[in-house]
Order: sequence, then C-alpha cells, then structure tokens
Amino acid sequence: MEAFGLLLDGFGTALQPLNVLVVFLGVLIGTIIGMLPGIGPINAIAILIPISFALGLPPTAMLILFSGIYYGSQYGNSISTILLNVPGTASSVATALDGYPMARSGRGGPALAISAIASFIGGTLSIFGLVLFAPLLARWAIRFGPAEYFVLIVFTFTTISALTGRNFVKGLAATAIGLAIATVGLDLTNVARFTFGQFRLYDGFDFVVVTIGLFAVSEVFTLVEQTRGGEATVGKVGRVMITVKEFVASFWVMVRSSISGFLVGVLPGAGATIASFLAYTTEQRLVDREGNFGKGDIRGVAAPEAANNASVSGAMIPLLTLGVPGSGTTAVMLGALLALNLAPGPLFITRNADLFWGLIASMYIGNVMLLVLNLPLVGLFVRILLIPRWVLVPSVVAIAYVAVYSATSSPFDLFAMTAFGVLGFFMRKLGYPLAPVVLAVVLGPMMEVNLRRALSLNNGDWSVLIGSPITIGLWIMVAVSLFLPQLLRRRKPVAKTVIEETDADG
Amino acid sequence: MNRTIRILLAALTVAGLGLATVQAQGFAPRNVECIAPAGAGGGWDMICRQISDILVQLDLVPGAIRTQNLVGAGGGVAYASVVNNQRGNPNVIVAASTATTSRLAGGQFAGYTADDVRWIATVGADYGVLAVSPDSAFRNLEDVINAWNVDPSLVSTVGGSAVGGWDHLKVLLLADAAGIPVQQVRYTAFDGGGLAVIEILAGRADVFSGDVSEVLPQIEAGNLRVLTVLAPERQEGLLADVPTAMELGYDVVGSNWRGWYMPPGIGDEAYDWWTDAFRQLAASPQWQELRPQLGLARFELFGDDMEAFAKDQVEDITKLLRSIGALQ
Repeated sequence: MEAFGLLLDGFGTALQPLNVLVVFLGVLIGTIIGMLPGIGPINAIAILIPISFALGLPPTAMLILFSGIYYGSQYGNSISTILLNVPGTASSVATALDGYPMARSGRGGPALAISAIASFIGGTLSIFGLVLFAPLLARWAIRFGPAEYFVLIVFTFTTISALTGRNFVKGLAATAIGLAIATVGLDLTNVARFTFGQFRLYDGFDFVVVTIGLFAVSEVFTLVEQTRGGEATVGKVGRVMITVKEFVASFWVMVRSSISGFLVGVLPGAGATIASFLAYTTEQRLVDREGNFGKGDIRGVAAPEAANNASVSGAMIPLLTLGVPGSGTTAVMLGALLALNLAPGPLFITRNADLFWGLIASMYIGNVMLLVLNLPLVGLFVRILLIPRWVLVPSVVAIAYVAVYSATSSPFDLFAMTAFGVLGFFMRKLGYPLAPVVLAVVLGPMMEVNLRRALSLNNGDWSVLIGSPITIGLWIMVAVSLFLPQLLRRRKPVAKTVIEETDADG
Repeated sequence: MNRTIRILLAALTVAGLGLATVQAQGFAPRNVECIAPAGAGGGWDMICRQISDILVQLDLVPGAIRTQNLVGAGGGVAYASVVNNQRGNPNVIVAASTATTSRLAGGQFAGYTADDVRWIATVGADYGVLAVSPDSAFRNLEDVINAWNVDPSLVSTVGGSAVGGWDHLKVLLLADAAGIPVQQVRYTAFDGGGLAVIEILAGRADVFSGDVSEVLPQIEAGNLRVLTVLAPERQEGLLADVPTAMELGYDVVGSNWRGWYMPPGIGDEAYDWWTDAFRQLAASPQWQELRPQLGLARFELFGDDMEAFAKDQVEDITKLLRSIGALQ
C-alpha cells in the first residue's frame, strides 16, 4: 500500500494554496471552453502552454492547471451536449442520447446534476482503482493486443441495436453510412481511398466536423424549416435538482459504469468512447425494462458520464507503468511534460513521484470542485434553454465554424461540416438515428486497423483472432450479446398473452 | 476568443505581406509566420513555437513569429498551399523533417516534388535505432540479419510510422544494405512508437524500429535493448556500447532531421538572410541547451547544402520505395 502513502503526500501538494487556486481556474476555464463546441481541450491546452510559461508557473501547478482544464471541459461539454444536443467529443455522444430528450421535456436541470454527480462518482471510484490495482492492470493491459482490440470493437458494434430503438434496420443503415464516411482517407499502408486526388480528403473527415455537422448544423436547417417568423420557441426549464428517487435509481448504474469505464480506460488507445458507449448499452439491457432509454431516462445519462470520467483515470495506468499515453488526455499531459522539459517515459513516475501523485490528487480535487462549482450553477446553465432556439443554435454553429477553421486553417472543413448538416437534416426527417453514424466513424477505422495489425503481426494467419483466452472470452460475449436478446424477446410475448388472458378473465 | 483574435491577426498579416514583398533591397523580415503542417502539440508545431522564441530572443526577427497550424495530408496541404499561395513571400518558414521528404518520395504530395520549394536549413537530427526485448533471442544485429537470410518472414518488425513511413524505411534501408530482398521484410505500423513498444514487451513482435529520443527512457526502464544505431558515429551515454550500423559493415545512416523550407520564388537576398539567421540560431547557447532536451543530435546544414541534402534524400527514398514495389 505504498501507493496510498504517496497519494496522501500528493494531497499535501495539491492542497497548497497556489495549486488549489490553479485547479479552480483550470476547472472554470475548462467548463467555459468545453461548452463552446469545436474547440476541445487539446487545442485549449496547446494554446495555454506558452501563456503558462510566461506566467512562470512551477511544473506541478502547470500540470494541475491542464488537468483542471481537461476535467472542466469534459463537464462543460456535457452541458452543451445535454442542453443543445451538440456533443463536442465522441465520448459524449452517448450522453446526448438521453440527456437531450430530458432537456427537451423540461428536465435539463436533473440531467446536468446527474452528469456532475456521475462524473464525480466515476472519478472517485477510479482513483481508488488506480491506487490499488495499477501494477496488476498494467500487466493485463499489455496482453491486450491488436487481435483483442479487434474483438472488443466487434463486441461494441453488436451492442449498437441498443442505440437504435425499434428502427433496427435504420440503425444498421446509419452504421453503414458511418463506416462509409470512415473509409475516406489514407489507410494504414498509405493507400488513398475515396480521396479523388483531393489533399483535403487524405486525413479523412475529422470527428468534430462530422459531429457538429450532423447534430448542430442539421438542427439549424430543421429550425429554418419549422420556425415561423416572430415565433419565440421558449424551452421549458422545470425543476433543477434530482430527486432522491432518481439518485437511488442511478446509484448502482453509476457504480457499475465506473468499474467498466475504468477497465476499458486502462487499455491503451481504447479510451473514453468505447467506455461510454459500452456503459450505456450495457445498462440499457440491464435496467431498462420499460424501454425508456433514448427517451430521456436519467440512468442513460448517469451511465456514460460515470464511465467516461472513470476511463480518464484508467488511462493513467499505461502512462504510469509503461510511459505510453492511453488516451487523448494523457497524450496532452505528455505534451505538456515535454514542453516543461520533463522527459516522459516508463521511469517518469518513479522519478517525479511528487509531481505525479500531486497531479492525481488534484484530479480528485478538481472533481470535487466541479461538483461544488457546477451543482449550484445548474439552475443558471439551464436558463440557456430560455434563449429562443433560432438565436441559440445558429450562434453555437457560428462558434463551431470559427473554432474548426482556426484549428485547421481549412475552409474545406467548413464546407464538409455544412454537407454533413444536410445529410443529418435528411436523416432526421426520415427517422434515422445519428448516434450510430458517429460511433461507426470513430470505431470503424480502429476496427480495421487492429484487424490488419493482428494479421500482419501473425504473418497473415487468421487463427490469431481466436488465439488467446481474452479473444475467446470476448467472442463469447459477442455471441451472448447477439443471441440473448432474441431469446428474451421470444419469451416476452408469452408473458404478455398471459396477462391479457387474466385481464379478459377479470 | 483567443482564436478570433488569431484570425484577425491572420487577416492583418496577409494584408501586410503585400507590402513586404515590394521592398526587395536589403532584406528585413516582417510579420514572420512559421507554418506547422500539423496540429498543435505535434513535432512540427513544437519546432515552430520553440524555435520561433529563440529567433526572437536573438533579435533576428522583430516582434513575434506567429505559428499557423496548416493541418492535413501529413503536411501535403501545407506544401500545396505554400507552393501555390505563398510564392515569393520571404516572411514564411515551414517546419519540416524526414517525414516531409519521405512523403515527397512516396508521391503522397500528389504532383509536387522537392524542387517546388526552397529548402533552407536543418538544425538537429534524431538518429534511428533497431531494438529488441531484453530477453529476445536476437543477441545482436547479426542474429537478425541471419534470420532474414533464412526466411525474411521469420522477423516481425514494428514501428510508429505508417507503411512507407520513416520507421519502416529505416528497416528497409538496413535490410537492403544486408542484401535481403526488401519486399519480403515484414513491418507492422502503429500510431506512435509507444504502442509499438508494447508489442515488443508483450512478445507479439520481434524488432522495434524507432529513434534515439524515443528509446532512451525505455532502455533505462529495462524494456528495450538496442541492437544498432543508424548514426555516422557512436552515441554517448546509454548508447555508448551500441555499435553503429556502419561499424558493423552496413552503410546506413538514418537521420530524422528537423528543419524548414520556404516558398518558391523568394529572392536570393532573402534566402541568404534566412540562411544566415538559421546559422546564428544553431550556434546560439539557447539552441545548444534546447537541442539535447528535444532528444536531437547535432546535425546542421544551411542554404545550398540543405537544398542538396533534401533532394538527395528524396531521391534515395524514391529508389528504395521503387525496389519494394510501393512505387511504380
């Protein structure tokens, strides 16, 4: 339990007045940046690195500032996801599935509150996991090779039916559209696919471009179609806090999702997107007996938010033990370390124990601060909904266009975003779900690349896909996930007829 | 907010450049811009931001140097934009490295060649290494080459760049020098050296191809054992005992240099001015201090020498890619 002592020392570091101030500032700036779609924490931190140099902050304070910004932006992102249906990162798409319907039906307050609480619980539990199991999990993470990743992603795809509700076929079509979008660009062997000789297409479509287009730009088109002149579409605000009943209903959902999110986060490269989608779809199957998920179920917000936050701490493990960044966050932290001339690597943590454990402790303090800062502000944030949507949504889109342009200096991305808006508009009109498109855009390339890597490492021998206990275990989960719902469904109508018969008798 | 201001600045810079190009005599830089052909936080971005600081500190460039991230196609978008839109602009420098030359060689900057820009300088390089797990059956480079000789498919190599990218090319250069049919050499690409090292640690791959700066911390942690360094001379410190490929009889140097190119059509006066500025940069104590921190070895070429070096490198890599059938 050496780690616990180090963590306590870490709290000593993190609770120094300067560091507390810095974490507060970071969380605040991050929340604001996170609310503005299209900017993202990575760009924010890259811009802030030179500024914090100019301020002469010590390395620990600087890292704490960056992690505060990251956590804050995750939460800020949940705000725009839930209230505006504009997810800023792939991992928050799952939050939109139930968060936005909640906001539309006047329950935006409880959705924001549970998002803050779930993030807090996810953050807390996963920090314990980090301290207790880091060495054990690191060995497990190494055994997760390309073949295992491939099967894990196959498993994630089999749960896609959970995102599609009754329109299973439309859900599959949406997935296919996403996969088609994902094939554009250079592949692993530098072959250009569907680029038509255009440089701008070599990198494929950026996730932000696809999401902002599908979700936000299409909303503008819908507004143009549906809003009449002079009409003020005022949203409902409703109650702000969650009830005890809602909390109790969500509690075990949050605990389970924290654990699964943490474990997925440990795998280098898998990250928050798989964690949040898996948590959502698992809970939908476990607890959603009434079919409320997707229509504004508070548990559908709690699950992905807890998993997302827990995966962030999980991702510290490969960084901690192998010196390999496991996620976007940790990659940014490595960048910040490099800028501070602290060489990252497998021995980094042992050599800079103060700094590292101070950072972990301040991540925790940042979580507490987010809760303290944001729960009272939920009432204020929800008032965003009082702004007429014909003002709000175009403003959000305008900010996104500016943000995307300034990050890539490419007008092409803006045209692409508009084109995805048109696609999203027609998909909405025809009742196609948007979330599977985004999931496929993110996971499709990962699935392909890992399959090709697995085969390449094994000299083209397909048996690698069933070559380890982990892959076999995952295939069993795939089978269960595909066939168990069918079996359950076969049973359900029977139960229904019984009830109807009793009704008739009575 | 910050970004809006940056865009306004960009507009002002563009407006200012029209004026700057008019005055040709006695070149003096103004409103200098460093283009990083990739996103914020990457290697090119760092070259722009950190070295710009030094150029300003040395009073070579007045005011500040603005870094513009022109993202896309592994630098191809920036290359095309510089050739077409910045012709004759002496106030633009573009960050480049071996990734730039190897993509030019691979024909990935469709239609553009190394002759389309002015190569100006390089101020440091990261040398290539081949490494294995400490308990690997391959005790030295000779073991790997013997295995290759028996059957090239016995050795699985991994690295952090795409197929045809620099980490792959280093393996091929060595195999080629050893007379191995390079089209049979196996290589699996990962997104960055870190993930490739995991494959070595887990025993799923045999040989890791990377750069000195990446492997130093892994050697310290006992995760990797380096077989050879692709440098012209022995390294110091942790790699002092590791033979170079040249010492072992294979004429291969793999240097991942960091430097810049400039737009075509700039006047000789401006070209000479920048050549001199980068020379002063390389000699400055600030750069001497920063270079080892970035994991770079001393590697300096300026002006015409750089021009010749970059074009030769593109030619060499083109030949190699043709021989593995990656290029027609």
